Amino acid sequence: MVNLTINSIPVTVPEGTTILDAAASVDIEIPSLCYLKELNEISACRVCCVEVEGEGKLVPSCNNVVREGMVIRTNSPRALEARRVNMELILSQHDNKCATCIRSGTCQLQKIANDMGILGVSYPTDLARGKKADWTTTFPLYRDVNKCIKCMRCIQVCDKVQSLSVWDISGSGARTTIDVSGNRVIKQADCSLCGQCITHCPTGALRERDDTQKAYAALGDPDRVTIVQIAPAVRAAWGEAFGMPTGKATVGQLVSVLRKLGADYVFDTTFSADLTIMEEGTELLQRLQAGDLDNQPMFTSCCPGWVRFLKSQFPEMTGRLSTAKSPQQMFGAVGKTWLAHNLGVDADKIYSISIMPCIAKKAERELPSMDSAGHGSDVDLVITTRELARMARAEHLDVENIAESAFDSPLGDGTGAGVIFGATGGVMEAALRSAYFLTTGENPSPDAFREVRDDGTISPLPWREATFELAGRTVRCAVASGLGNARQLLHSLQRREVHYEFVEIMACPGGCAGGGGQPVDGTDREKAADRGKVLFRLDQNAPLRFSHENPAVQALYREYLDEPCSHRAEELLHCDHFAWQMNASR
Amino acid sequence: MSRLSIETPGKAETVIAGLYRDIERRISASPPGLCPVDMSLSFLRLCHAQTCGKCVPCRIGLGQLTTLLEQVLDSTATPETIDLIEKTARVIQDTADCAIGYEAARMVLQGVQGFRDDYLSHVESGRCLFGWDHPVPCVALCPAGVDIPGYIALVRAGRYNDAVRLIRKDNPFPTVCGYVCEHPCEAHCRRSMVDDAVNICGIKRFACDHADNTTPPDSAPSTGKRIGIIGGGPGGLSAAYFLSLMGHQVVVYDQRPKLGGMLRYGIPDYRLPQDKLDADIDFILSTGIEVHTGVSIGRDISFAEIENQYDAVYISIGAHNDKKIGIPGEDAVGVHSAVQLLRDIGEGRVPDFKGKRVCVIGGGNVSMDATRTAIRLGASAVTCVYRRRVTDMTALAEEIEEAQSEGCQILSLQAPDHIETDETGRVTALWTRPQVIGAYGKDGRPRPYDADQPLLRTPCDVVIVAIGQSIDAKPFEQIAPVVRGKIQAESDAFVPNTPHVFAGGDAVTGPATVIRAVAAGKVAAANIDAHLGFRHVIKSDVEIPAPHLTNMPACGRIELRSRPAEECVGNFDLVKCGMTEQEVHQETSRCLRCDHFGYGIFKGGRSSKW
Repeated sequence: MVNLTINSIPVTVPEGTTILDAAASVDIEIPSLCYLKELNEISACRVCCVEVEGEGKLVPSCNNVVREGMVIRTNSPRALEARRVNMELILSQHDNKCATCIRSGTCQLQKIANDMGILGVSYPTDLARGKKADWTTTFPLYRDVNKCIKCMRCIQVCDKVQSLSVWDISGSGARTTIDVSGNRVIKQADCSLCGQCITHCPTGALRERDDTQKAYAALGDPDRVTIVQIAPAVRAAWGEAFGMPTGKATVGQLVSVLRKLGADYVFDTTFSADLTIMEEGTELLQRLQAGDLDNQPMFTSCCPGWVRFLKSQFPEMTGRLSTAKSPQQMFGAVGKTWLAHNLGVDADKIYSISIMPCIAKKAERELPSMDSAGHGSDVDLVITTRELARMARAEHLDVENIAESAFDSPLGDGTGAGVIFGATGGVMEAALRSAYFLTTGENPSPDAFREVRDDGTISPLPWREATFELAGRTVRCAVASGLGNARQLLHSLQRREVHYEFVEIMACPGGCAGGGGQPVDGTDREKAADRGKVLFRLDQNAPLRFSHENPAVQALYREYLDEPCSHRAEELLHCDHFAWQMNASR
Repeated sequence: MSRLSIETPGKAETVIAGLYRDIERRISASPPGLCPVDMSLSFLRLCHAQTCGKCVPCRIGLGQLTTLLEQVLDSTATPETIDLIEKTARVIQDTADCAIGYEAARMVLQGVQGFRDDYLSHVESGRCLFGWDHPVPCVALCPAGVDIPGYIALVRAGRYNDAVRLIRKDNPFPTVCGYVCEHPCEAHCRRSMVDDAVNICGIKRFACDHADNTTPPDSAPSTGKRIGIIGGGPGGLSAAYFLSLMGHQVVVYDQRPKLGGMLRYGIPDYRLPQDKLDADIDFILSTGIEVHTGVSIGRDISFAEIENQYDAVYISIGAHNDKKIGIPGEDAVGVHSAVQLLRDIGEGRVPDFKGKRVCVIGGGNVSMDATRTAIRLGASAVTCVYRRRVTDMTALAEEIEEAQSEGCQILSLQAPDHIETDETGRVTALWTRPQVIGAYGKDGRPRPYDADQPLLRTPCDVVIVAIGQSIDAKPFEQIAPVVRGKIQAESDAFVPNTPHVFAGGDAVTGPATVIRAVAAGKVAAANIDAHLGFRHVIKSDVEIPAPHLTNMPACGRIELRSRPAEECVGNFDLVKCGMTEQEVHQETSRCLRCDHFGYGIFKGGRSSKW
């Protein structure tokens, strides 16, 4: 243990503790901007500098550790002056139009400036103009160079967590900025669209392409029938955008919000998650029996960030993906066929909107073969959890006290198995529950496969693995979330160090619960695990916990598709991953 | 009012003079990867500030160039702007009255022509083509990529064994390099911005002199692969060391009776004592390397035989052949080639130069070695003859100073013309043609030409020719293309159109330095390992101490002391004394820890494995 004093308060902390953490242990909050624990400890913003007795210069507290006998002042005139000047310098190159900023209220720069009472900036405004400020408006990921404070977090999360290195420092000297690496523009890059750079950005420099105006137009158009689907992971997180604790706001309340916004029908993507299980589970058994998985596994295909990653980084393994569409796209295809027929609505009038925790879903809906219902795109618009929250806020809805409302029928039925799609390991677990039934004719215990969940214990590998007996044979399964982990798993598979029959991969750490479209509250707390727990709790309490028991899914097969992987199911619910090109990695 | 007065500089002038020196040092410490257009603009601003203001092109033109370059950098320019920059600079160069103007314009012009693609990239896409790939200047400039801030911190903490272990992760010749490395690492040391470069090489020597670790890290499990290495110099043995750690079985062939190559047979003992060299070699061999000395490829065993015997072969022969000067009298008795002379001494055949007058021809490091060796062999006078000026000599400045302090005369601007002999064919004098230093050549060095003066006769008994070395590539011509005496290998050391032959070091680059040979060996080891289908990782488990928060204020650089010159004559004892503990403590605390402070903490500050 190391003893020191901070602002005259004696502090005792373990060796190796940073000054920042040591101060926090006695409730002294040193403001910091660029710092992100274990990911970005580079002391670039110099806002966290403190005075250490005996040292010549001020010392950044985020990446320097305490020493015995240190005497630290975090609020001396010298430290305060330095903090203020550095903040003003950052603000001089920041577009301070908070009133029109997506992150107003959750922006860390705004918070620190407000907290410090900075009422003006002593320096002339120096913003990028012309080509320096150019960015495409059509790509699902948007960057505003003049909101960027060059904290480097986006670079670090893309390098260290996602292993894609889409972002890099560009240029040197005064004009140093962040840009797409390798002198590419974002549309040429191998960006997976996971959106982790957005959720780790302290300001409004990175965000999703805002599609809310399109949503308003559709919802307000009397000639269109809007059907909305809500992804599993959205329900665990959406209330956070209104300051509620994770999991407090219910999906029933969210249905009410959407009705107030003018949605004609509100359905649950959990329905099509169950449908995905039927298709993907059947495909797994077919491929298993055909010997197709003897050497290489089948990968889940429900995460479009992962599909983009695989196609750019390991294109030779594209054929290992399940051909099953993602739940979003299965919903879209069923929505404009069977559902339209059921509702007695002209499919061409349907405008299908999905609420997703994800940026990559915006790109997925535009892919070729995502129009198999024959009425334009199967899904017409993708709105992230954050965009939905903005729309609700615009309506001034009292979301905390809004009454719950039930999903519409028939695509509002979902099982617990579908709900856990939103957490890492959930797809695998749901698939195994039904695969067991499909091979044995009887249900396993619903928790028989919980081994694949991320229970918070440290795995010796960057992924989790489990082995189950299925159809008289051993099925080795692996689950990874985060693309850096996925890359390690794929390398291991390629080097034949490991072998699995079935592999679930989610681009975002923790799965969709930690998705790049989820609310950001400006606290830097990683929320994926908590949101995942909410989903597993919902599953635990669900009346139905097996996808094959979903009555709507059963009705769909009975009335329309015949059986999983039938000809019609193939046409509507499966896709060709080779039908489109993904930018290759550098 | 006095008619004349003594001018004394005012305070402002004194301060600005100091700032000039700061900027000089700062430029010398410029990191690699900076935007060249931005740097051009910065230089231009400096130049423009020097303008007296009398003439139009310089006063206005340089200012307008500044504006145009800013437009390029701000991406508000068009491709035509670049043409306008070029035209304006051309006219300024043509019409400025004095060098302040026309030299400034020339620099801009060189930039527009030299990195026009970067200008275009700024204009067309608002992007610079350059970037900070190597944030730690010393590590970036060390060919072997040794973790310099890491081992300096360890030495500062008194952890000498750990320091040497850390060096060995990238360089199995820490001791040798502590004594004779040309230390390119020091060239852009960021400490120069404060005062002067850290004496990295001296610190390394201290670490090696005070470490006592003798056990190499455990090798990876045996792969069953066999690798033949031709040449037991620094390159071959470096490759051997790493390949052995990777679990391969390594066999080294060398034509000389002992290992070490140029380190043993080219570098005199007073710079690198044999026991120091042996210490590194013994450590390398202790990983379990088989050695065949006294075996010459092409004479004792054919290359084909070796190629067939091994899963991979690394050719790392050095440049042991001498270059002929081609003047009359070169075959006379008393004319030596420096390479041959040093090799003879290394093998125990020591010539007697007692009372003899010696002329050494050449201005490189080998020439200095020959010069200082001749002094030690008892020569009564040693004259180093060089056709350019002393400042143009390619030898390290400290080597030249040492040679001079030991009593060598440097006869500069003299081109050897012929060697005079007596009737028995013995050397009696060296005739040289006086030179005038002239215009700069394409290599950026001023070229000498014949002066209108008579030939100069320097009476002497011995002439040592040290004008360069070459490799003996003959035995390998069948398998690898040899162009101008160099084996043609790719940047990964692979020799094209061979099944598994790699080559590197002097054999490929021509005569270079120890650390380049080590780096080549490291590259070869990594790529041979990959070629054999492995991906072994070489790493170090040494934990680097956290940096001190405050850097030492401006402080002089510790230089190694030399023993008094008179003590050096007649023996080959080590000349340079290592740092004392007091000195090394001060010198290590000068390190700015660029691995932690600055860009290094963000990216590329440390690669703990390769």
